[in-house]
Amino acid sequence: MIAWTFLSAFAGAFLLLLLPGRCHGLARVVALVSALAGLAVAVVVAFQYDQRPGAQAYQFMVLKEWVPSLGIDFSIGADGISVLMLLLTGIIAVTGVLFSWNIGQEPKRFFALFLVIIGGAYGVFLSLDLFLFLVFYEVVILPKYLLIAGWGSTNREYGAMKLTLYSIVGSALVLVAVMATYVVSGIGSFSIFELGSLPYSKGFQMWAFPVMFLGFGVLAGLWPFHTWAPTGHVAAPTAASMLLAGVVMKLGAYGALRVAMPFFPYGLEQWRFFFGALAAVGILYGALVALAQKDLKFVIGYSSISHMGFVMLGLVTLSAVGITGAVLQMFSHGIIAALLFAVVGRMIYERTHTRELAVLARLGLGKALPFAAVTFVLACAASMGLPGFSGFVAEVTVLLGAWVAMPSLLWVVVPGIVLTVAFTLKALQLSFFGKDKAGEGGQAREEVHLYEPITMPEKIAAVLLLATTVCMGLMPTPFLNLVVASFQGDLMRSLLR
Amino acid sequence: MNYFDFVKILSPEIVLLLVAMGIIGMGCRGGKFAEAGACAFLSFVGVLLAVGALIFCAPDGQMAGGMIVLDPLVRLVKFAILAMVAVAVVLLQADRPSYHVAENFAMLLFAAIGLLLIVGTEEMLVIFVGLELAGLALYALAGFARSDLGAAEAALKYFLFGSVAAAFLLYGMSLIFGVCGTTELQAMSAALRKNAQEPILTAGLAMALVGFGFKVAAVPFHLWAPDVYQGAPTPAAAFVASGSKVAGFFILAKFLFIGFGGLEGSAGWGSFAPGWVPMLGVMAALSMVVGNLMALVQKSVRRMLAYSGIGHAGFLLLALMAASAESLEAVVFYTVIYGVATLGAFGVVGVVVRERGGDSFSRFAGLVKREPVLSFSMLVFLCSLAGLPPLAGFFGKFFLFTAAMGAGGILGAAPGLLWLVALALFFSAVSLYYYLLVLKQIFFISEDGVAGCSGEGLGVVPRAVIFLLAVVTVGLGCFPDLLLGPIHRAVEVLLGN
Repeated sequence: MIAWTFLSAFAGAFLLLLLPGRCHGLARVVALVSALAGLAVAVVVAFQYDQRPGAQAYQFMVLKEWVPSLGIDFSIGADGISVLMLLLTGIIAVTGVLFSWNIGQEPKRFFALFLVIIGGAYGVFLSLDLFLFLVFYEVVILPKYLLIAGWGSTNREYGAMKLTLYSIVGSALVLVAVMATYVVSGIGSFSIFELGSLPYSKGFQMWAFPVMFLGFGVLAGLWPFHTWAPTGHVAAPTAASMLLAGVVMKLGAYGALRVAMPFFPYGLEQWRFFFGALAAVGILYGALVALAQKDLKFVIGYSSISHMGFVMLGLVTLSAVGITGAVLQMFSHGIIAALLFAVVGRMIYERTHTRELAVLARLGLGKALPFAAVTFVLACAASMGLPGFSGFVAEVTVLLGAWVAMPSLLWVVVPGIVLTVAFTLKALQLSFFGKDKAGEGGQAREEVHLYEPITMPEKIAAVLLLATTVCMGLMPTPFLNLVVASFQGDLMRSLLR
Repeated sequence: MNYFDFVKILSPEIVLLLVAMGIIGMGCRGGKFAEAGACAFLSFVGVLLAVGALIFCAPDGQMAGGMIVLDPLVRLVKFAILAMVAVAVVLLQADRPSYHVAENFAMLLFAAIGLLLIVGTEEMLVIFVGLELAGLALYALAGFARSDLGAAEAALKYFLFGSVAAAFLLYGMSLIFGVCGTTELQAMSAALRKNAQEPILTAGLAMALVGFGFKVAAVPFHLWAPDVYQGAPTPAAAFVASGSKVAGFFILAKFLFIGFGGLEGSAGWGSFAPGWVPMLGVMAALSMVVGNLMALVQKSVRRMLAYSGIGHAGFLLLALMAASAESLEAVVFYTVIYGVATLGAFGVVGVVVRERGGDSFSRFAGLVKREPVLSFSMLVFLCSLAGLPPLAGFFGKFFLFTAAMGAGGILGAAPGLLWLVALALFFSAVSLYYYLLVLKQIFFISEDGVAGCSGEGLGVVPRAVIFLLAVVTVGLGCFPDLLLGPIHRAVEVLLGN
């Protein structure tokens, strides 16, 4: 059944390509139905997943021979972490389609490419065969390029090319390590379970782990290999930014958690402080740079780097608390970043045609677009990690894990958190509640009518995203349980010390 | 030796020869029969008959001490070559050659006969004769468009380089013969075991590799390729890039694996040992670096394809260094899918050249508006060449590099050829850049300012064939076992003997 997550997405994409010329309305409906189908499957899987102690960590397994001569299988299954990621992908897919409801330029191709990325992401989160994993992992590269180069804004060709080349170089690093692992293991299988349970020599792990972790880290926005992310996010059309920050960056973190870390425990042990330090620097650096940005979308882009730093930091703590926090942060940041990009890209930019904070400050958007303002306030609160939102739960958990594992790094992380509050408040204030110097009321009231009101699809999508982050903030237990249930699996258990 | 068996085993070549003679006859007679349509039809029938002969008439077996060999693997490769000839015939017909119409087709068939001969032999003299037969026909094919200066230059360069390379090859073979006293590869390998230290043998081998290096366009014997790919009529270039490469790599593999089995040496990092593997290693590394870097700066798509083809030759040489059954399988698989993608790409380039009078990148601008199907096919071909899933190229590269990784043993912590594989993966990532440049023109640049289409559009048949090639590329990417399975079984039969 879980295969229907990506099958529905790919089927939707295929159907969209076959649609005749000018059925823009139909294209939207097909895309929405396909995204909803994926989300529905994810929700059903989440409820059916057996969390009782003693249950198998991996459930819903499907195993079919694919390339027998190389030992490659079509092998999928989900544990709690996968389920959480499926939910995230499903929510982003649906809201992404809703926020692109008005897209004018070739909606068929736009949605087809969008759905291919969604399908690839589902596939990555479900793969239990390393080759299959890589196929899905790389399937998303080309659609990313086409989406940004075709539908993007600021400097789109540069942003698209940079992002694509970073992705492919990151995958090349992963490929080197995967091929070497396959050859060194000598078991002629790509099964993640089998490859993951072998003891590799220390010397091998010492180079294979950093290469693979770095390869995944590039996609997860690990400092200093993050530079593709802000430019890419800014250049991308709204739905693609949501997808990139919300899901695609998580693919990297997920790969690191599922492949690099359990495969090479010794390498992980030796390198973890190094990568933890990179993550911590990323948290601080992302926040500092975000503080200096003039373009609102760049602020969000750099805040993503900072937030993804928490994910990577949580992963290398190697404690149940830290890793749980990292997974929750993956989910939480996915939702929050998508919401922020949606507000900036769709609600603000498409109406005002500017993202310059200085210009926005004069527009009095708080009065003109009250719904957008409220949404943005809540999203910023979530992004800052205020209690009651998912960001709080996730980041506190990561910090607890890091406190135990690498206390010295907190000297870098904590200023990062303070700066996060600073840049978020600054962006919030300038964008919606700037001093209305120009007209002192009169002109602002006229401009109120200049902007198209927030449409129904946007409202639905924004409420869905907000509801998710609040839900996780107020009731983290079901989410926590899903992650904790995953630790019953051998590979995950081996990570904990 | 029974002459009837001889005829039976060679029946595909004989059929093609008769048809080619018939076509020349038709050309002499002139009139309606000398037109491209009739010749193409007859050639196509000839290829079909040859395929039929290969299936129903030719038995597996060896004649005259390996002069003529037919086993399941050879049969597969012959099929692939015949299929590529069929596609080339269609492209040639679509290209509407203006001079020597009938001879164009006849030369294509002669080239095919030469390639079939070298594929089906394990004897040095037949290799040489086959290479020369194919070579002479291809030189002529490249130069038939006599009013075109570029074609004349291409043909002359091709011929001069080719003849010098042939001289090297022949001299090398004579030296090898001097040491072993035989021209049969099987017997050679036995004789070499006794005379492995002979210095003259090294000279002979090096010279033979010069000859083969020319055939497969490996650096530093590649200089003809860009000019020929750019100057020669597109169908001729397409066939040089596909069919000729398949046969070239296959016979190079046989020549080295069978004839020089046991003299591999090693190019592993820190475990260097003299033999032919280090020689290939130098060629492979140079080809990857030079081919891919030069491709970055090209202005003409055909030159870009030529340099990228040189890069691909580097990847293939890398796999040959493994000297294992897997590497043979990988090389056959990769050359076939490379040939398919290249034929298709040249088909699309041919359309652009004819309709817009050139093949610089900017001539591809906005192709998607006018030719959506061809543009989509081009996307498939280029992404397959770049090695993106789910296209055949991804799987091919993965298999190729994994096979190479397995070579040279495992030295301490890392596979011996890791350094070369990492280089290959890096340059494979680089290659995505220049392929994307073409796709960017096709999909995102508007066609204003590009000279409008002269000449009428492409007929239905070539269009269908190009689309079919794209379907094959996707199909083999999703289900690689369709091709890999037969290759694997064929190699197992070989090893069983």
